[in-house]
Amino acid sequence: MTPRRKRMIAVAAIVIGVGAATAVALQAFQENIMYFYSPSQITAGEAPTGRSFRLGGLVTTGSLQRTPGSIEINFVVTDNAESIPVKYSGLLPDLFREGQGVIAHGKLTEDGVFMADEVLAKHDENYMPPEVADTLQTPHASPQTSGGAS
Amino acid sequence: MIPELGHFALILALLLAATQAWFGLAGASRGNVAWMRAAQTAVAGQWVFLLVAFGLLVWSFIQFDFSVRYVAMTSNSLLPLFYRISAAWGGHEGSLLMWGTMLGTWSVAVAALSRSMPLPFKSRVLGVLGLVSVGFLMFTLFTSNPFDRLVPAAADGNDLNPLLQDFALAIHPPMLYLGYVGFSVAFAFACATLIEGRLDVDWARWARPWTLAAWLCLTIGITLGSWWAYYELGWGGYWFWDPVENASFMPWLMGTALIHSLAVTEKRGLFKSWTLLLAVSCFSLSLLGTFLVRSGVLVSVHAFATDPARGLFILGFLVAVVGGALALYTWRAPALKSEAGFELLSREAFLLFNNALLIAATGLILIGTLYPLFMDAFELGKISVGPPYFGVAFLIPMVPLVLLMSVGMHASWKRSRIGPLQNLLLGLFAAAVVAALLVTKFVYGEVHFMGVVGFTVAFWLIASTLVEPIQRWGAWRTLPAGFWGMTLAHFGIGLFALGVTGVESYRIERDISLGVGETTTLQGYDFRFEGTREVRGPNYQAVEGTVVITRDGRPVTTLRPQKRYYASGGNPMTEAGIRASLRRDLFVALGEDLGAGKWSMRVQYKPLIRNIWLGALLMALGALIAASDRRYRQPVRAAVPKAAGRMAREGAR
Repeated sequence: MTPRRKRMIAVAAIVIGVGAATAVALQAFQENIMYFYSPSQITAGEAPTGRSFRLGGLVTTGSLQRTPGSIEINFVVTDNAESIPVKYSGLLPDLFREGQGVIAHGKLTEDGVFMADEVLAKHDENYMPPEVADTLQTPHASPQTSGGAS
Repeated sequence: MIPELGHFALILALLLAATQAWFGLAGASRGNVAWMRAAQTAVAGQWVFLLVAFGLLVWSFIQFDFSVRYVAMTSNSLLPLFYRISAAWGGHEGSLLMWGTMLGTWSVAVAALSRSMPLPFKSRVLGVLGLVSVGFLMFTLFTSNPFDRLVPAAADGNDLNPLLQDFALAIHPPMLYLGYVGFSVAFAFACATLIEGRLDVDWARWARPWTLAAWLCLTIGITLGSWWAYYELGWGGYWFWDPVENASFMPWLMGTALIHSLAVTEKRGLFKSWTLLLAVSCFSLSLLGTFLVRSGVLVSVHAFATDPARGLFILGFLVAVVGGALALYTWRAPALKSEAGFELLSREAFLLFNNALLIAATGLILIGTLYPLFMDAFELGKISVGPPYFGVAFLIPMVPLVLLMSVGMHASWKRSRIGPLQNLLLGLFAAAVVAALLVTKFVYGEVHFMGVVGFTVAFWLIASTLVEPIQRWGAWRTLPAGFWGMTLAHFGIGLFALGVTGVESYRIERDISLGVGETTTLQGYDFRFEGTREVRGPNYQAVEGTVVITRDGRPVTTLRPQKRYYASGGNPMTEAGIRASLRRDLFVALGEDLGAGKWSMRVQYKPLIRNIWLGALLMALGALIAASDRRYRQPVRAAVPKAAGRMAREGAR
């Protein structure tokens, strides 16, 4: 092989490699984009079924239910206009509390229950995730100054 | 009185930074030696006043001065001394002051340790650092003054976020900042080179130890953060692809590319303008990270209060620094040409691939981090990019990078000559594949594709780094520090790859409900829950669970995970119980009382996870050894005539 041909082959290999890698990366990107929906949007039928998304709102006070001894838990997430029941099996974050902001990852089932596979709570007592603050339907105290990790 | 003195010291530091910038840059362009010397004095003065300001802030914390707003917000009368000191950088204002202090420290170090550099070049470097410092100190003073008073004074403080009351997290921010800010030195060298229009590559040799030092600090900072997240957050993860983590990881990747590119520029005079661009980009990414964290555009554990004024100021600063540097680059860089050529399998070519792959990794992470922000800014919907994307996107460039590294380390400069090592490396590769298959089959019981790939690249890299030290057995003293640094850092990457593969392919995580006396089994380990009791700490109360772990009936360990309730109120905190070893970690986090005598619990088996942090520490140690290479200190004597000649030329201009 002449050096020229060698170089051409090397360039072609690199182009093919980069192309394939880009395709895989784009595919992964497509699959992992998660949209955020508020309970009102879900009630209006905007959220997809069968695909993961994030649900955010406040945990309705008094909605937390669990069978004693079971790790499964039910609660209701509201944006003060509409409400969505959520089912979750696992450890709740330390910051999870009724009446406070929460974001859940998961899928919506046919009967309108949100099956969460991950629940995230706000990061400290004064802080409200901006997505949640934006979607709340009634005026809410604006997020206060908060401390956090650096 | 003390806070006012601190405030005053900060103002003086800002004035001195401006002086440093002016005398440094103007002095060099006018060839005024007195001005250039004045810039050096200003550097020292700025540093002293920053230390005074920072010291006084720490003093206010030690003295419980709750009449200072920032102290009242991040401290508390029950906080132990150590955390009162670390609280000084536990919030927004104080961490900015620390950023400034670190910049001052790097500047003073450059001024003190760069005696071999020609004076005009050195004062330009100090001038650029002065400009950066002016921007940051203005930001601190005008939008986030830590010395602001609270009237009337608070009776007691809010307390430091309990998550931050931890040893690793007390030193995580300083190390991270040292790294972030340290890249400003490489940035300043690059800018000075461009301003001066230098065509030689001396700057690359001067910049190498500084870049290594900054990279070393950033590596340790990121590692500490990852380790802390693992044992403190109670999730058992070591990396979440959280935007703020990405913000620190992108400069790290770019810095890694810069270290390697600087080597090519210094040794072979190639990639000249590319290296300059990397130095500029690296610091730009550090600033972008600061912007993302400090402006409140991101939601994460790291996000502080949202204040539009702060975001705008940093954005403006970012645009000024990056825009200015890039304009300078477009103006000057076309003059830089690299004449020498190199062959496809030469060391230059391998380092070129290294740079391309590291930039690709940075780009993929940047897209995933910024895309949701753009979507939100243009009201196209609120989205987030899930961690699985980053996992895939990161592996695509990393697997080839590690494979090429195993060969590239042994390549010669300029020529395609792997030589007699070729067959040895191929043999080692075959051995690595076999070893990977055996390990996945017999140790973990499941031959998993990514598991085999991961173990193969890790084993091959580890074996490849050992080749030369074994061949040169007995003649180790003749090998330069640079070689040992590289070998150790690459060995560290091998361990890191081993750890990531083990955890990602073979971890077991289970959230369960356990009653007293009940047992759950993971990978042969029986976890038996023995109940809970109350314990008391200095500023918290806790419920402590007892979990006895046995294997085949023999005791392994007893873990005591806690749920802590801090006296200052707020949320409970999880303290996981961890049994660590190089082979595997056993992890138990206590959830909550489920009623009926049961507790929810997170039980995990994490194979090889320690190797991740051990590998990262070896990388940092490698950087330390490489930076201490005698070569970087030698020129002090050797380069004097050369430097003097250049000064004469400068003067003649």
